[in-house]
Amino acid sequence: MNKHFHLQQDKQGLAWLTFDSPDKAANVLTEEALEEFDTQLVAIAQTHPKGLVIQSGKEKGFIAGADVKAFSRIDSPGQAEQLILRVHDIFRRLEALSFPTVALIHGFCLGGGLELALACRYRIASTDPVTRLGFPEVRLGIFPGFGGSLRSIRLLGHMPAMELMLSGRNLVAKQAQRIGLVDHALPRRQLKNAARQLIHEAAPRKPPRLWHRLPGSAPLRPLAAALLRRQVRKQVREEHYPAPYTLIDHWRRNAGNAAGMYASEARRVPELLTGSTAQNLIRLFLLQDRLKSQAMDSDFHASHVHVIGGGVMGGDIAAWCVLRGLRVSLQDRGPEQLGRAIKRAHVLFQRKLRDRYRIQDAMDRLMPDHQGKGLNKADVVIEAIFEDLDAKQSLFADIEPRMKPDAILASNTSSIPLQQLAGVLANPRRLVGLHFFNPVAKMPLVEIVTTEDTPDELAASAGSFIRQIGKLPLPVRSHPGFLVNRVLMPYLMEAVILLNEGVPGVDIDRAARDFGMPMGPVELADTVGLDICLSVAEKLSGLLPGKVPENLRRLVEQKKLGRKSGQGFYAWHDNKPRKDKSVADRETLEQYKDRMIMRLINESVACLREGIVADADSLDAGIVFGTGFAPFRGGPLHHVQEEDPDKFFSKLQKLEYTYGERFAPDAGWDKLLTKP
Amino acid sequence: MNMTHSNPYAAADVYVIDGCRTPQLKLAGPPGPFRASDLAVGAARQLLLDMPFPAHALDEVIFGCVSSGPDEANIARVIALRLGCGDKVHAMTVQRNCASGMQALDCAVGRIASGQADLILAGGTEAMSHHPVMLNEAMVAWLAQWNRSHSLKQRIRVLGRLKPAHLRPVIALLRGLTDPVVGLSMGQTAEQLAEDFSISREAMDRYALRSHQRLASAIEENHLGEIVPLIDHKGNVYLQDDGLRSDTTMEKLAHLKPVFDRPFGKISAGNSAQVTDGAACLILASARAVEKHDLPVLGQLRDCQWAGLEPARMGLGPVHAMAPIMNRQQLDSADIDYWEINEAFAAQVLACLRTWQDDDFCHSALQRSQAFQPIPEKRLNVDGGGISLGHPVGASGARIVLHLLKILERENARLGMASLCIGGGQGGAMLVERKPS
Repeated sequence: MNKHFHLQQDKQGLAWLTFDSPDKAANVLTEEALEEFDTQLVAIAQTHPKGLVIQSGKEKGFIAGADVKAFSRIDSPGQAEQLILRVHDIFRRLEALSFPTVALIHGFCLGGGLELALACRYRIASTDPVTRLGFPEVRLGIFPGFGGSLRSIRLLGHMPAMELMLSGRNLVAKQAQRIGLVDHALPRRQLKNAARQLIHEAAPRKPPRLWHRLPGSAPLRPLAAALLRRQVRKQVREEHYPAPYTLIDHWRRNAGNAAGMYASEARRVPELLTGSTAQNLIRLFLLQDRLKSQAMDSDFHASHVHVIGGGVMGGDIAAWCVLRGLRVSLQDRGPEQLGRAIKRAHVLFQRKLRDRYRIQDAMDRLMPDHQGKGLNKADVVIEAIFEDLDAKQSLFADIEPRMKPDAILASNTSSIPLQQLAGVLANPRRLVGLHFFNPVAKMPLVEIVTTEDTPDELAASAGSFIRQIGKLPLPVRSHPGFLVNRVLMPYLMEAVILLNEGVPGVDIDRAARDFGMPMGPVELADTVGLDICLSVAEKLSGLLPGKVPENLRRLVEQKKLGRKSGQGFYAWHDNKPRKDKSVADRETLEQYKDRMIMRLINESVACLREGIVADADSLDAGIVFGTGFAPFRGGPLHHVQEEDPDKFFSKLQKLEYTYGERFAPDAGWDKLLTKP
Repeated sequence: MNMTHSNPYAAADVYVIDGCRTPQLKLAGPPGPFRASDLAVGAARQLLLDMPFPAHALDEVIFGCVSSGPDEANIARVIALRLGCGDKVHAMTVQRNCASGMQALDCAVGRIASGQADLILAGGTEAMSHHPVMLNEAMVAWLAQWNRSHSLKQRIRVLGRLKPAHLRPVIALLRGLTDPVVGLSMGQTAEQLAEDFSISREAMDRYALRSHQRLASAIEENHLGEIVPLIDHKGNVYLQDDGLRSDTTMEKLAHLKPVFDRPFGKISAGNSAQVTDGAACLILASARAVEKHDLPVLGQLRDCQWAGLEPARMGLGPVHAMAPIMNRQQLDSADIDYWEINEAFAAQVLACLRTWQDDDFCHSALQRSQAFQPIPEKRLNVDGGGISLGHPVGASGARIVLHLLKILERENARLGMASLCIGGGQGGAMLVERKPS
């Protein structure tokens, strides 16, 4: 019976309820677990303890949240509503217990897990860096529905609670304590003592400060809602991401009464949950999980990484590996070349680690190594020098004999096929590609590039290494451009062609952003660097139909390279492009969008047909996490399937008729079409 | 004094595997970019990267440091942990003023020779630019009163007792360079030697100029290969010692005012060691460790001697420390291929050279029947010394032993003698040997 929750009574008369789902790394609020929780609560209430402490049996997590897997199986709003009403009852039972209740939080306490903690009278969080509290619901296209929207407002006040729910950001214990989300932020060793003390004192809860309560008053609420909407509009659009807007509306209408909040949660969250945005975001969340778990079947574990190339990519890869606990030696021609990388790493460590001892530890593990002494100690060697076949080949020939025999040898090349690079090696099968994206600290995806000859264990080890450093591994086959650049490049080139035709960059970027791209292609090209775009485009030119546009080549020749040189397609000032206002009408923008996105989709279809990735789902995940492709659309192929493949196909044919062979539908469409 | 003490180093072979050091960075007003532990970690992690064994294979870490920062109590342990040696590698810090780095090596040899350890990281580190600036005693007493007074009335009264003199800081660096028993600054002890042995200002300046010239040519000919570059958090790269004044001349040196005995003294900033930050470290191993890890051998530490003398003439320490080794090993100056005598002051080195070959001095102070052969200039401090490249007090002892071994390797020579004078009236010396190929 007691599968998930284990109850213990101590001599002082306290009940300790430990959540520990069997065979799982993290506790998740599945229906089964919730029902058992309810049964336990009923039983505990009958024993009249002095207090109840809820804790987790997991080493690194309290409760990760609701059962997202089950969300994807919900197909009617009614079904979701039933679940939510049931959870409302259970959490109200917890809240109504006559004795003090405490949530002991160590590790992740997110979404539904935080909502459970909020139904306790007190919360204590550990100051350990693994402890994070937050409402990630908006990232999945919904908002807190287990009473969290009501309870967070009651505890924190209106604006802080809304900010927390709207941003979806995670807090560490100290931050949570500052806004009043937890009563104490303490070292882990003091959690239990503090729980006993809180229950003993049983102090009444203090209401939030007046100025945090005020915006929720009836006369001010419409104003505050308008303010919140304006802030959200700067981040996302309502037609793409309805959840934050729905949350604001839900709050504006019901913030005054508890019953209304519960009822509105139970109605609005299911509506969102069964909508296409949430379903697509949940789909991506689960795809991400799948890619992670695929990389689990290897016990490869690195402790020392050697990175060759101290440029932005190499330096950032090195810093990232250090951040994830590894010892890293970073090699470049001389110490002078490494200074900038060390400086960037220090900035990253300051931002991510904050604690001076942890920053010092990270800096100590990042070793400038211009002589390459770390090479023979490394478990993984990553080459990240400039994209030049000869230079890379002579480097590989030089380092191979000096490496540990079982170390992974990887190239971060973005476009050169492995087969060409590996030709110079004594054992050409040992080279894999680990293609990181810029900026490394922000982009979750890493393409794991292999050939038909790559041993399975090596591919598995590479995936396992990428998991070890907290990135998302996507296995791809070694063809020019691999997956992400190959699909991105036609889209960018079409934008450059549009520019060539005289279309203003702002219109092109707006068309792409209207579709849901996080950044317009013209701005993206400038940001990546036009020289890099040109080099990738040239490497892919044999493969892609159409020539490399002349205007791109001309700008590179004039040393107008984009953001880094201050001038590219845009003039850059303070790292921001100068943009005029876009004046094009909706229909024209639609055409621009079609031209760019259809090329991206057509190339995706080609990649799937050629087997660059294992399946359509992996392709979608790769394109979304590698390029930022409109996440709420669930990926390019899913977007096609969701709308109508036939419609896309005929659109392509029309474009081919108008603009020529670069729009010729790929042979892979045959499998997607419903009509022959 | 018994001149024929048995040689502690004869008990077992102790090998130096390799070593490295940081560039030595001159005091430039504000505290430098690196604390003492940062310097040591910066050097030692590069050394360990070059070793075939992992950091946790070390048995022990021993560092010399005269004054570590407030966050660096037992700095050797801080260094060991920061290097990733793991919890189990224990560490101790040793202090013998200017010879602390050499003391660390001596301790390491003892541990290895006695069989208590096989593999030790030993060295010295000093961030003189980080030596603290402290409140004076009157101020501390005043603060104690302030903390005890609670009422407004009391506080106003206590506040009234605060005088400008309370705010005069105690510069620990200057106090550290003053003998705590006889009250002379180190520079004043050198003035004493200059007077005793009639060493002219011109001779001192000529010695200083030569030190700079030798360092300049050592840099040019890449003779300082043991330096590993440092990079600070802002991305600035430090490649070389920054004390070299390649444009200095006798005229420029003559122009500098005396700083210790004003206005009539002879010791100027130009003919004294520079105040710098730096660290040096070496890997020491037993025969067993050399075999186990198949380690290359740079050389061996053969003998070591510590000596005490009058604090007011501490600059003669090297003579008192080197002589017993020479006697014990039955050597004369011609047997030694290269010498490193730390350049605390030009006057002090010159006084050592003078007394070394003086029959009367050797007879009365060293109980020898006759003087040693002169130490040839071209064999002494051949790549410059403290005057040109600085003297980070805790590090220099390790630096000169390391560099001496590197010189022997370069010149394919056999025997070397490294020695320092030590504030407080001591001297230390170490005999090193390398098997010529």
